[in-house]
Amino acid sequence: MDVVLKPEISDPQGQAVLGALGRLGHTQVTGVRQGKHFVLDVEGTPDRAALEQIAETLLANPVIEDVELHLPGA
Amino acid sequence: MRIGVITFPGSLDDVDAARAVRLAGADPVVLWHAEHDLKAVDAVVLPGGFSYGDYLRAGAIAARSPLVQDVVQAARSGLPVLGICNGFQVLCEAGLLPGALTRNSHLHFRNRDQRLRIERADTAWTHAYAPGQEIVVPVKNGEGRYVAAPADLERLEGEGRVAVRYVGGNPNGSLRDIAGVTSADGRVVGLMPHPEHAVEELTGPSTDGLGFFTSVLKAVVSA
Repeated sequence: MDVVLKPEISDPQGQAVLGALGRLGHTQVTGVRQGKHFVLDVEGTPDRAALEQIAETLLANPVIEDVELHLPGA
Repeated sequence: MRIGVITFPGSLDDVDAARAVRLAGADPVVLWHAEHDLKAVDAVVLPGGFSYGDYLRAGAIAARSPLVQDVVQAARSGLPVLGICNGFQVLCEAGLLPGALTRNSHLHFRNRDQRLRIERADTAWTHAYAPGQEIVVPVKNGEGRYVAAPADLERLEGEGRVAVRYVGGNPNGSLRDIAGVTSADGRVVGLMPHPEHAVEELTGPSTDGLGFFTSVLKAVVSA
């Protein structure tokens, strides 16, 4: 599961990383957004709806964050 | 008058909050986050600190604790609730207050005495002040930048839900200089600055913060 700030929420940490990349000469990078990556071990076959609910109730704050779900083999 | 102060693992300012309650003339009641027991208090304060080490998101795990679930229920029937700093983050995470608190725009922890304007002097926690009154209390946070979607901000401003605003400089990049917001019924208030650190001449920059705690005494009596 990847949790990232919504596009309209500014990301000062990502901007700081972008600044550091620029100072290292990586001027081809024009934007950085920093997020969180969760790996969940789940019994049985992972259920997309259940995982989305887990994301919305705890792992992400829907006010400021979006969730990308990556199921194995999907 | 009994005012509960909730302690979470990682709370720092629960003792100061209890002291402010006592100086305001009420009896502070120690509440523990893991117990389903509000001990029949008349109001509740969620103090500052770093509950659960700010893991996941500031306030996120504390917002799912047993006692906060009870606070959410009680607030829906009018229990006055004040969230200070981390307590404000918890109330937003619990869905009692709108918006969210994110990393300061300048990425620095900011600790200073801060001028504020009381925008709403008719909530349970602010009616000891005059509308538009300016006060000075400490602010100290690393994740205090108030954000909400543009449409939500418009709605909050339209409904007069901005209770407290930064003046003389915004310490963290909060949208529209928002320092604190209130619930629609004015019973739940959250703010990032620390009124409980400004209740005595000896230790605070002023005694301006005491009004939050004296306000609720009248709010409970008149309810």
